[in-house]
Amino acid sequence: MKTKPFAITLDPGSSLANRTGSWRTVRPEYIDRLPPCNHACPAGENIQGWLFHAESGHYEEAWRVLTQDNPLPAVMGRVCYHPCETACNRAQLDESVGINAIERFIGDEALRCRWKFAPPLSATGKRVLIVGAGPSGLSAAYQLARLGHAVAIREAGPAPGGMMRFGIPKYRLPRAVLDAEIQRILDLGVALELDSRVANVLDAMRRGGFDAVFLAVGAHIAKRAYIPAGSASKMLDAISVLRSMEGGERPLLGRRVVVYGGGNTAFDMARTAKRLGAEESIIIYRRTREKMPAHESELEEALQEGVLVKWLSTIRQAGESSITVEKMQLDARGNAQPTGEFETLEADSVVLALGQDVDLSLLDGVPGLEVQDGVAKVGLDMMTGHPGIFAGGDMIRGERTVTVGIGHGKLAARNIDAWLRGATWVHPASHEFASFDKLNTWYYSDAPKSRQPVLDTIRRQSTFEEVVGSFDEFTAQFEARRCLSCGNCFECDNCYGVCPDNAVIKLGPGQRYEFNYDYCKGCGLCVAECPCGAIRTVPEEI
Amino acid sequence: MLKQTEGSAAVAEAVALCRPEVICAYPISPQTHIVEALGRMVTAGRLAPCEFINVESEFAAMSVAIGASAAGVRAYTATASQGLLFMAEAVYNAAGLGLPIVMTVANRAIGAPINIWNDHSDALSQRDCGWIQLFAEDNQEALDLHIQAFRLAEELSLPVMVCMDGYILTHAYEQVDLPTQEQVDAYLPPYEPRQVLDPASPISIGAMVGPEAFMEVRYLAHAKQKQALELMPSWTDEFKRIFGRESGGLTHTYRIEDADTVVVALGSVLGTIKDTIDGMREQGVRIGALGITCFRPWPTVAVRRALADAKRIVVLEKSLAVGLGGIVSNNVAASYAGSPDLVHTVIAGLGGRAITRASLHQMFGQAVEGRLEPVTFLDLDHAAVERVLAREREQRRSGPIAESILRDLGVVGARIG
Amino acid sequence: MTYQPIRFYQTGTFTVGNRLLPDDQRSVQANMRRTNSLNSGHRACQGCGEALGARYAIDAAMEATNRQLVAANATGCLEVFSTPYPETSWQIPWIHSLFGNAAAVATGIAAAMRVKGRDDVRVVAQGGDGGTNDIGFGCLSGMFERNDDVLYICYDNEGYMNTGVQRSSATPPAARTNTTMPLGESAGNRFGQGKYLPAIAMAHDIPYVATATVAELHDLEAKVRRAMEFRGARYIHILVPCPLGWGHGSAETIKIARLAKETGLFPVLEAEGGKLTNVSKIKKKLPVEEYLRPQQRFAHLFRDPPRRDVIDRIQQMADRNILRYRLLEDVERRA
Repeated sequence: MKTKPFAITLDPGSSLANRTGSWRTVRPEYIDRLPPCNHACPAGENIQGWLFHAESGHYEEAWRVLTQDNPLPAVMGRVCYHPCETACNRAQLDESVGINAIERFIGDEALRCRWKFAPPLSATGKRVLIVGAGPSGLSAAYQLARLGHAVAIREAGPAPGGMMRFGIPKYRLPRAVLDAEIQRILDLGVALELDSRVANVLDAMRRGGFDAVFLAVGAHIAKRAYIPAGSASKMLDAISVLRSMEGGERPLLGRRVVVYGGGNTAFDMARTAKRLGAEESIIIYRRTREKMPAHESELEEALQEGVLVKWLSTIRQAGESSITVEKMQLDARGNAQPTGEFETLEADSVVLALGQDVDLSLLDGVPGLEVQDGVAKVGLDMMTGHPGIFAGGDMIRGERTVTVGIGHGKLAARNIDAWLRGATWVHPASHEFASFDKLNTWYYSDAPKSRQPVLDTIRRQSTFEEVVGSFDEFTAQFEARRCLSCGNCFECDNCYGVCPDNAVIKLGPGQRYEFNYDYCKGCGLCVAECPCGAIRTVPEEI
Repeated sequence: MLKQTEGSAAVAEAVALCRPEVICAYPISPQTHIVEALGRMVTAGRLAPCEFINVESEFAAMSVAIGASAAGVRAYTATASQGLLFMAEAVYNAAGLGLPIVMTVANRAIGAPINIWNDHSDALSQRDCGWIQLFAEDNQEALDLHIQAFRLAEELSLPVMVCMDGYILTHAYEQVDLPTQEQVDAYLPPYEPRQVLDPASPISIGAMVGPEAFMEVRYLAHAKQKQALELMPSWTDEFKRIFGRESGGLTHTYRIEDADTVVVALGSVLGTIKDTIDGMREQGVRIGALGITCFRPWPTVAVRRALADAKRIVVLEKSLAVGLGGIVSNNVAASYAGSPDLVHTVIAGLGGRAITRASLHQMFGQAVEGRLEPVTFLDLDHAAVERVLAREREQRRSGPIAESILRDLGVVGARIG
Repeated sequence: MTYQPIRFYQTGTFTVGNRLLPDDQRSVQANMRRTNSLNSGHRACQGCGEALGARYAIDAAMEATNRQLVAANATGCLEVFSTPYPETSWQIPWIHSLFGNAAAVATGIAAAMRVKGRDDVRVVAQGGDGGTNDIGFGCLSGMFERNDDVLYICYDNEGYMNTGVQRSSATPPAARTNTTMPLGESAGNRFGQGKYLPAIAMAHDIPYVATATVAELHDLEAKVRRAMEFRGARYIHILVPCPLGWGHGSAETIKIARLAKETGLFPVLEAEGGKLTNVSKIKKKLPVEEYLRPQQRFAHLFRDPPRRDVIDRIQQMADRNILRYRLLEDVERRA
C-alpha cells in the first residue's frame, strides 16, 4: 500500500495517546459493602458469599464458604430463625430471599455427598477443653480443631447436641441430620466424652492438662412459677418433657394439655403435646401476641396444627383436672395487669415453659470468675474473669438461640486461639453497610419467593415427621439467584458494559474488574448502574 | 476504430473502457446522455462488474462516489451547472480526502435566471475545490481526456473533472477514433488505492484536523496538484505510442510562433477561434491561439512560455467574475511576463450566446489595432441593458431583469401584467 | 420477536453480562474480547450516551459480521470526539465525509463491496439526529428507497449538541435549547407535528426498522444482530441521552434513557418490511414528569407556578404512543 494521506487518515489505536483520566474530579472505586444478611447473622455467616456460589450451582464451594463460620448448615437450615431474611434487602422489592431453605439444601447436599472438612495443616500442641456439646461447644470445637488445637468435649448428657437434641422436637430437626453434622465435626479429631459432668472446672483443666477451657453448658434448669396446686394436679416442665422425648418412654400428658409461657419452647411443647395425642393443646400467655418472645413462624405452624393460644392470661390455680385462669390487661406502659376476671379451663396436665436457668455449680470457687444475673460474665473476648476460661452460649448474657450459640463458639474459638498464642484477636473492621438505597434494583427481574413443601396437617398432628420439606436443586438455585448480592460484586459485567470510555478492565471469571484510571473520566455511570452497590465514588485528590 | 457518434456517447464509451466499478447518475442536462449510455451498458452486461446507481441528488451522486472510491473501486459520475453547485460540498470533500474520482462536467450556465445552455460558469465556480480540471476542445479530446483523467487521478490520488461544453460537444455528432479495450488497459493500470476501507487493515479516513496541521494538508493538496503539471506532459509519448495520436496535455498552441496577438481560450470555442485566425492569417495578421486544456492545476510555465513573444493577449472566456471581469484572464495575466494592460478580457458566449466567426473577426481586429477595451462583453446588446439601467434609476419596482430584457427584445410570451 | 428476555432461572438479572448465562446468550459487551470498536481516549463528555450507544451498536455489528464491517459517519459529536487529528478511537475501517451524506457514502461503500464480490463485508452508516432527521434526510431516504445494503444507525440525542445545543427536528416539544429558549410565555421548543423517523423509515417498507435505547443493552444488541440478518436498507434509531445538552448528571445517562421508555415517550419497537412486529412493553408505567424532572432542559416546566398545561400535553404524547404502539400489556389485551 502507498503512503496514506497526511493527517486526514489515521491508524487505529492512536487515541490511546489521549489519557482522558486527567479530566476526572471524582473516581470510582470497587468496594465490598456489608450485606444486611451477613450483618444480621448471629453466627456471622458470609451469606452473600455462599449464595454467590450456590447461584452458579457450585454447592460444594458454597458449603465450604458457609462452614467457615458455621459447621452445622443442615441443622441451621432447619432451626435458625433466620434474622438474615428479616434483614434481607429483597424484602423491600418483593420478598426476602429464602436463605434458610437454601442453607438447608446445601447442608443436606453436603451430607448426601459426604463432603468433609479440611483437616488442619499442622497441630499447635495446645489442648482445649470444651464443657458442653451444644451448638456453642460444637462450634468452638470445630473452629479450634481446624486451627490445629487438640480439643476434648465433655458432655454431661447421654448424647451430643444440647438443646438441638433435647429441646428442639424431631419434627423440626430430624436426628439423623443432627447426628451426621456432629459426626463430621468429631471426624476432625475432636474427642467427645458423654455422660461426663464437669463438677469443678479448674480441677478438670489441671487434671486433663488443658491450656484453656470453653464453657458452654447451656441453660437446662427450668424456671418455675408459684402456682397453688392441688396434690392431684399434674405439673410438668417443658424442658423435662422435651428431653424425655429422646428417651424410650413417651410422657403421659393426657387429653387436655395446658402449656404456660410464650417462648419458642412453649410452642415446641404445645406442638409436641398435639403429636402425643392431646385433643387440646392450649398455650396460656400473660401478654399479647406482639409481646410474645416466640418467633412468628412457630406460632403460625402451631396454629396450623390446631394449637390454641389464650393471650393476656395467667394461671392462678391448678386443680386435678382443671385450672383457673385470670384475664390480664395491658396498662398504659404496656405491662400486663390482673383484672380480677377468672375462668376455668379443663386440663389434664400443665406444662411450664417459663424459661431456663444455667447450672453454674461447676464454677464454684474459680478465682476471678464473676456471675451476674444467673449467667457467667465474659468480656468482649468471651473470656471470664479467670484467665484461660472462656464461656458462651446460653450461659452468658444474650439471646438464647442455636445460631447465637454457634456465633459464640466461633468468636470464643478465635479469642482462645489468639490467647493461646499470647496474642489478642481483633475483630476485623466491618465494611460499610449495604443499605437498600445503594442498589439499582432495575436490573433484578421479578421473582416470587420459593416455598418449601409442608407436611399435611393430619400428619403434623399425629407424627413426628419433619414438617417443612427441602428444596429440590432447581428451586434452591432459583432461590439463590434471587439474591441481590447487596454490596458485593457478582460479576454481572454492568460496569464493564456501561463505561462509555472502556475504562473498566474485566479480569476474568472470579477475578472481578479493575478501573483503568488512565481513561476513566469519572462520569459515575458504573456507580449508578452497579446493581448491587459495589462501587463508590470518591473525590479525586488533586 | 473510427466512428461517427454523439459526444456524450463517445465519452460514455471511453469511460466504459476505463472499467469504472461504480457509476452514480443523477439527471441534469446536458450531461444526461452520458450516464444514460453507461446505464444501458451496465444493464446489458457490457460493462461489468459495475454498479450503476440512480441517486436522489447530485450531492448523493458525489457522496456515493466518495464511498465507493474510499472502498477501493474506480468511481465515476457526471453533472453540470446547478448539479455541480448542489454537490459542491461533496466536491470539495472528495478532493480533501484525496479520492481519485473522475467526473464529467457538461458545462452549462448557472441560474438564476435558469439557463440550460453552455458556458463555463459551473466548472470555474469550482476552480479552487482541489480537483484537477481538464477542458476538452472537441469530442476526440473529451474522449481521450477521460482515459487520461483516470490515470492521473489514481496516480495522484486526486479527483479529476473533465469539462466539455454542454450541447456544443455533448450533443454534437462527430467522427471520433474509439480506442480498443486493449489500448486502454495498456495505458491505465488497475486501481491501486492510496487508502482503502478494508476490514483487514482498519483505518480512519476523514479526521478532524485543527490549526496544527490544516495548513500542511492544504499545502500538500497544492503540491500534489502541481505534480500533475509534470506528469501530464511526461505521458504524452506513451499515450501517442498506444493510441496513435497526441491528445490532452496542459495546453495547445496554434500558430503562435510569430504571433503578436495571442488569443487564449478553453474548450470548444477554440475551433471557431482557429478558423477565425486562419482567415486573419490569410490577411497577414500575425495572430495565434493558446488553448488551455489543464485549467487546474494552472500551467503557469507553459502559458508564460507560449505568451513570451506576444505583444497583446485576448482572453476569451465563457465565464464571468461578476464585479471584476475575467476569471481565466486573471490567471493568464498572472502568468504573462509583460504588462497586465496588454491582457484583454473578452466575456463571450454566456448562457449559450453564439460566438460567431464574424464577431470574433471584428473583435480580434480591434485587438490587433489596439482598440479593444480591457474588458469586453462580446455581442452584448448595449441598448437593452441601458434601457434596463435607465428604468431602474427611475423606478424602484422595476421588475425582474430577465423579464425586462425579454420584453424589450419583444419576445412573445414573456409579457406579463 | 427478536429479543427473548432473559429468564429468571437463567440469571436472575438484566445486567450486561452474567456469568450464569451460557456464552452464546451473553451480551457482546460482556465479552472480554469485545472489539471496543470505539476505543478509549475519545473526547466525548463524561457519561456520553452516544459514545456508549455507538460502541454497543458497532461492537454488536462487528460480532454479527464476523468483524467484516465498514462504517461511514456523519459529521457531529461522534465524529468530532472520535477522530481529532492525530488520534482516532475507531478500530474499524471508518470514513467521515460530510454532515449530510453518511447514508450515500455508505451506499457507495456497499456498491464497492458488491463489485468486488465482498458480500461478507457489511456496511454501517451512522450519525446523530441532525445528520439523520435534518441535513442527511435526503440521502437517507434515497438509500432506503433504493434498498441499498446498508444499516443506518441514528444516535438520537434530540438536538445539535456538537455545535452547542441547538434545536433539531428531533428535539422534543418544550425542550430548552439555545435556539428554543423558554423566555417570556414561551415554554421552549414549540409543539410541532413531530418527525418520527422510525415511522418514516417504515414507510419506505425497508426490510428492518428498530428503535432502542442505551438502557437496554440486550435488546439493542439483538436488534443489531437481527438487522444484520437482512440484506438491503435497515434502520436502527437509538436514544442516547446527552448529559450536556439535556442537563442531567453524567451518571444518569442510562437512567434517563430507561425513563424515556418507561414513560412511553420513546417507544422501543421493531418492524420488518414496513410492518410493526414487536414492541418492548413498559415494565412499570411512569408519568412523564419522572422523565422530565431530572433534566435541566425541562426545568422551566417545574418553576413556580409549574407549566401543568405543557406537562399535560407531553403526557398526552406519551399516552398516544402507548395506545398507538400498544406499549402496555393491558392495552394489548384491550385491543
